Amino acid sequence: MIPLSSYLILGAILFSISIAGIFINRKNVIVLLMCIELMLLAVNINFIAFSHFLGDTAGQVFVFFILTVAAAEAAIGLAILVVVFRNRQTINVSELNTLKG
Amino acid sequence: MMTLEMLNLSIAMPELFLLALACTVLVVDVYLKDERRNVTYVLSQFGLIITLILISQQSPQSRELAFNGLFVNDLLATVLKYAAVLLVAVVFVYSRRYLQDRNIFKGEFYVLGLFGLLGMMVMISSNHFLSMYLGLELLSLSLYAMVAFDRENPNAAEAAMKYFILGAIASGMLLYGMSMVYGMTGSLNIVEVAVALDQIEGNNIVLIFGLVFMVIGLSFKLGAVPFHMWIPDVYHGSPTTVTSYIASAPKVAGFAMIIRLLAESMGSLQTDWQGMFIIMAVLSMIVGNVIAIAQTNLKRLFAYSTISHVGFIMLGLLAGNQEGYSAAMFYTLTYALTSLGAFGVIILLTRKGFEAENIDDFKGLNQRSPWFAFIMLIIVFSMAGVPPTVGFWAKLAVLKAVVNIDMLWLALLAVFFSIIGIFYYLRIVKVMYFDDALDKSEINCSRDMQIALSANGLSVLLLGLYPAALMSICIAAFA
Repeated sequence: MIPLSSYLILGAILFSISIAGIFINRKNVIVLLMCIELMLLAVNINFIAFSHFLGDTAGQVFVFFILTVAAAEAAIGLAILVVVFRNRQTINVSELNTLKG
Repeated sequence: MMTLEMLNLSIAMPELFLLALACTVLVVDVYLKDERRNVTYVLSQFGLIITLILISQQSPQSRELAFNGLFVNDLLATVLKYAAVLLVAVVFVYSRRYLQDRNIFKGEFYVLGLFGLLGMMVMISSNHFLSMYLGLELLSLSLYAMVAFDRENPNAAEAAMKYFILGAIASGMLLYGMSMVYGMTGSLNIVEVAVALDQIEGNNIVLIFGLVFMVIGLSFKLGAVPFHMWIPDVYHGSPTTVTSYIASAPKVAGFAMIIRLLAESMGSLQTDWQGMFIIMAVLSMIVGNVIAIAQTNLKRLFAYSTISHVGFIMLGLLAGNQEGYSAAMFYTLTYALTSLGAFGVIILLTRKGFEAENIDDFKGLNQRSPWFAFIMLIIVFSMAGVPPTVGFWAKLAVLKAVVNIDMLWLALLAVFFSIIGIFYYLRIVKVMYFDDALDKSEINCSRDMQIALSANGLSVLLLGLYPAALMSICIAAFA
């Protein structure tokens, strides 16, 4: 039997990787979208682990909703990406810097 | 067994109607020719009026639950929803000509605006982490799309991308915090979480982690320093109508989110989140007021001023008692109204092919239109907190709440930084009244916009002269 703490540590590691990925990555916006997905998956692991060990299904229902919203979010993110690319001919993160002050 | 009666649908009537309205507008708009796009506008406004009537018919004396405890209706929810719908309706009035001039008078704006409003109303009425999250995402996803919907504008695209990334991180943080709180309390229902938290004794490290992540997520959404990076870029980059939408109604929903998640469900951890709120409130007031001085772009300036006002709202919230919450509510409602007016004046001065975004574009506004210069004067004075405008009473109420919990130093700091803030507000007034107009062209705008903008400005003044009515509603909402 794998203890609850192992699941939580796995969730925390995935969450940290995604945050690090967002802040270290200066190249490609698509990698940012991947990091965001990873972050939501880390949350899902937490929810499912807690839900299993508490014997309560509400957490698992929440996970279904997170998965659905994540899909919608990715769709909007990619749509914005297309608009950015049409206007700029680049999706390089470090070139998205015209707005500042 | 679930029955239809248990869903208690009548309590969620305004939301259900708004959902039907948004879907109808979406479908009707598809069949309209471009020159008949006004039908979409009229339909949306008509629907919003009916929503307002439906909300005002609900006068809850106590908490009423619907959807098996996912959804709650109380006086707080009714008042905030009323304000949110009203603000969105005014945004729609302001935006019509602006959109027409830029060839973006499309149905998408109204459909997204209505769905965003639905998200806000769900957030305001949520009694469960799940409904809170779904409402928040419905609002956020609509906002991302609204920022980007002027597809030819590279600045808007960049702003949308930044908003999307940071907003998604914020949602992730909030969810991660929720998962930890769920694990420690065994429930996702806000009331049940509060009950479970009362029974947990001592310091629970996972719970504190969960709380910290939730506070970070919430302050990202509200735009408190150090999680404010998106606000200036989004305000600056979006079409001005979208900025006026973002700057008004979602603030009301954000306030409701903090009340539901922190005050109602985590009230027993108040000492833990109070410390974080003090730090963020002080930083917000410093950063917002100081950086705003250096701005020449008005939309950016108001973005930084928003950050400093968020600091003030947090001051009321961190007091953590009925007085503080009602002061923060008064502040949020009046600030949303004032900031809507400010962007309304910016929209008024823009015309086809010209964006009145810079402070210089306001030069000599008094010569061009004394009446709208006066309206802008009231709005700017209210933001600065000059009596007799409503901003003064809002600041006073918040400061009183802070002084009453023995944090005099915090109140003094807030006063000091709002005095710094007066500098850049007065610069706008100086430019309007004492400089010569660079651009002498006549201001022409539709009659409905003139009426709405005048009413908006005058309501800021009237609420300042007679603040008691709104204040007593805010106090009753937390009684």
